[in-house]
Amino acid sequence: MSLINKEIDFMGKRKVLAVCSIIAVLISLGSLAVNSLQFGLDFTSGTLVEVAYMQTADVPGIRTTLTESGYDQAVVVPFGSDRVVLVRVPTPDGQEEREASSIGDEIVALLQANSDTPVEIRSSEFVSPKVGEELAEKGGMGLLVALGIVMLYVAVRFQFKFSVGAVTALAHDVIITLGIFSLFKMTFDLTVLAALLAVIGYSLNDTIVVSDRIRENFRMLRVGTPEEIINISTNQVFSRTLITSFTTLLVLFAMLIMGGEAIQGFAIALIIGVVVGTYSSIYVAANVLLYMHVSKEDLMVPVKDDSEVDSMP
Amino acid sequence: MIVVIILLGMLYSAPNLYPDDPAIQVSHEAEAVTEADLNGMTAALETVNIPYFGEVINDRSALIRFSSLDDQLRGKSIIEQSLGSGFIVALNLAPTTPGWLRAINAGKMNLGLDLQGGVRFVMEVDMEAAFQRRMENTVSNIRQQLRADRVRSRSLSLINNEYIELRFDDEESRSEARSIIRENFADLLVTPREQAGIYMIELRMTPEDVLQMQRDTITANRTTILNRVDSLGVSEPVVQQQGADRIVIELPGVQDTAQAKRILQRIATLQFHLEARPGAPSTSFETFEYQGQMVNVDNDVILQGDRVSNVRSAFDQQGLPQVVINLDAQGGQQFSRITRDNIGNLMDILLIETKTRSVFVPDGEGNLVEEQETYEEKRLISHAVIRAALGREFVITGLSAQEANELSLLIRSGALAAPMYFVNESTVGPSLGAENIDQGSRAVYLGFGMVMLFMLAYYRVFGIAANIALTVNVILLISVMSIMGATLTLPGIFGIVLTVGMAVDANVLIFTRIREELAAGLSPQGAIAGGFDRAFSTIMDANLTTFLVATVLFTIGTGPVKGFAITLMIGIITSMFTAIVVTRGIVNLMYGGRQVQTLSIGKY
Repeated sequence: MSLINKEIDFMGKRKVLAVCSIIAVLISLGSLAVNSLQFGLDFTSGTLVEVAYMQTADVPGIRTTLTESGYDQAVVVPFGSDRVVLVRVPTPDGQEEREASSIGDEIVALLQANSDTPVEIRSSEFVSPKVGEELAEKGGMGLLVALGIVMLYVAVRFQFKFSVGAVTALAHDVIITLGIFSLFKMTFDLTVLAALLAVIGYSLNDTIVVSDRIRENFRMLRVGTPEEIINISTNQVFSRTLITSFTTLLVLFAMLIMGGEAIQGFAIALIIGVVVGTYSSIYVAANVLLYMHVSKEDLMVPVKDDSEVDSMP
Repeated sequence: MIVVIILLGMLYSAPNLYPDDPAIQVSHEAEAVTEADLNGMTAALETVNIPYFGEVINDRSALIRFSSLDDQLRGKSIIEQSLGSGFIVALNLAPTTPGWLRAINAGKMNLGLDLQGGVRFVMEVDMEAAFQRRMENTVSNIRQQLRADRVRSRSLSLINNEYIELRFDDEESRSEARSIIRENFADLLVTPREQAGIYMIELRMTPEDVLQMQRDTITANRTTILNRVDSLGVSEPVVQQQGADRIVIELPGVQDTAQAKRILQRIATLQFHLEARPGAPSTSFETFEYQGQMVNVDNDVILQGDRVSNVRSAFDQQGLPQVVINLDAQGGQQFSRITRDNIGNLMDILLIETKTRSVFVPDGEGNLVEEQETYEEKRLISHAVIRAALGREFVITGLSAQEANELSLLIRSGALAAPMYFVNESTVGPSLGAENIDQGSRAVYLGFGMVMLFMLAYYRVFGIAANIALTVNVILLISVMSIMGATLTLPGIFGIVLTVGMAVDANVLIFTRIREELAAGLSPQGAIAGGFDRAFSTIMDANLTTFLVATVLFTIGTGPVKGFAITLMIGIITSMFTAIVVTRGIVNLMYGGRQVQTLSIGKY
């Protein structure tokens, strides 16, 4: 089952796959432009109430009740089981924030009044427009800051061309993950944003491992074109890449299956991210290196520095 | 060394194995809870057959344990009925950690609200309103002062809730006004301006003063909230400041959010009174306790708290602590009239808070039904002799520095608390919380199990070493979180799962290297040493960058997401330690110090 000795010509197909990547990114961007994202309550603001009935919930009935009481924008969907419903109401335009915060309580009171059996509040959440906006801003900032820090670190620790490769790979992963969320109209909430940052962390991990080996081989191997060297390096780390991705996917699927509704978005985002991230560490990061004409000279650090790097235990 | 760390890890993660007992904690507003009170409670529980155990009096409060959450809830209403007024009955979770663990300060991880059930509010303090009140006060004070000094202004108003603008017909009155303002309102920034023959002055608060005001306002509001949260009967409430103008309130176990919100939004008030004259009819005063002495406070309010425009604690020239109170123009006049006639008498300040308590009233069928009743709680917070006719600014002296701080905080919470509104609210029911724990831990077990099986199958004996390292990693992660008193949230649990999945990475890197070295023809011992050495810098780089990303996540995240970031960060550190140090230790134990021909590390 060893994969090290089988030479796979990774770089041979790089042009085809580069085109594939570009197409995937374009589709993602297109979908983001057209469909945008299905933002969750964290970002859009509004009220979300999850209530459990003793018996099967009468969803159309609940809808009618809410519409008649003036909540005509309320969205009612069954959640997890047929006894549980999720009610979502956007903050009405122009309404004072301080009044909007009591919508949740009003809805629960209304549902209780229209039910013969007790209604249990499983969870309720209210986010004011101001907080929602701030969070979206902060989230976007966070992604950019994360990418910036990574770029800087890789540039210092490796070399500028590597850092372009790494950041291109990360942006590629984030855009495609977002694109899939947009295409399939999955809800993008705070946990998905957290997952996205974790994807950056994960995919980076992969990219660094590959880059590390490429750097080492550029310095150690005397012969070979950059393409060959990258091919050899990718082959050497390929089994590790597969194993780590596999174990990570194992736990992510455990999460998806066992974790319940609340964590689905998070798990799905990470699963997409891990798969795309594994691919991108080889085909995007390394590919960018080739397109930027990485050479031995780029990595031949002055002798003094070299000894320092090598002496790292 | 490694063994010591692992043992410590096991020791400090151990408390998490002991589940908490549902319990009820009873305290009294003023007195200590007595043995007799406790006996009354247990007797009431026995008559309705609710099983309980471990009843004990700690300090000033009583604790009774129950074996189920159901008993706990029923027990709460029984205990409330059996007690008189003034008692605070709170739902609680009592730790069952054995004494020897508690003795070494080993505690549990706190459960986040999403696991425990409860409500989390974020309230925003209306700083604009606080600023406006302050500025309007200044406007009316300046108007009063200019009128008193017979300086004629064409207009005087607050513009855009930003600055005060004064307009004059001539240069002369403007310069008079300037000197008056410089004398009486020294902390305002003055900018003169001319426009089309009109002489103007713009007055602004200095940025430092605005900041100071915001800080004071939020502390005042926090104090108010802390006071009120007490009356909600929550065992471990969290009240924290977030950013410059927000307050986060976490109330574990609270389900009735509407009720909690009503209480939190109520505003306390402040009243100034004179002390009742000796021999006054008992209907004309109320008696309060103040620092151990009984004080008769006259019923007439000489000044309402809304006349207070600023309060601060400071030191006088001799370095003695004092509380400086500023009143608005009208308040100042009113106050100087009254104090002039009462020099030598005592003045009292009352803080009045509206609180809520449960009462039990019989319904039509003779059952006792719980109802919420609001009542006012008055507290005498200052009792001082009037030394002179007091004007717009006066001081209360004769206090210790700490007392001065407390008093200014209390006056502030009564008089200057700015309006607040809810910007974020989330409630999690107890059943959902339990479900989250359940699902979360099942995901951890399943993920953990599958990864271990895979490692064993793929790397054989080295897989065992990796699995031991992985287990140690989780133990260390939990113990570090317990020692730090970190809060475990649902995303936090998933952080642990993810750490498990990713932690093997370091081992995989090392093992692949060892295999490569073996394939290259190195001896087993050489391959082990080479593998560990050469994988190190890769592991370091990969983990450091991931750690940086987790730090970003920690900075931008709130609540549950922060929990995820924390587990991830701790996980990265512990996994590096276990993968490099622990695995190496185990491998050395198995293969070290002897000649081995082959390594059981799967095919290479």
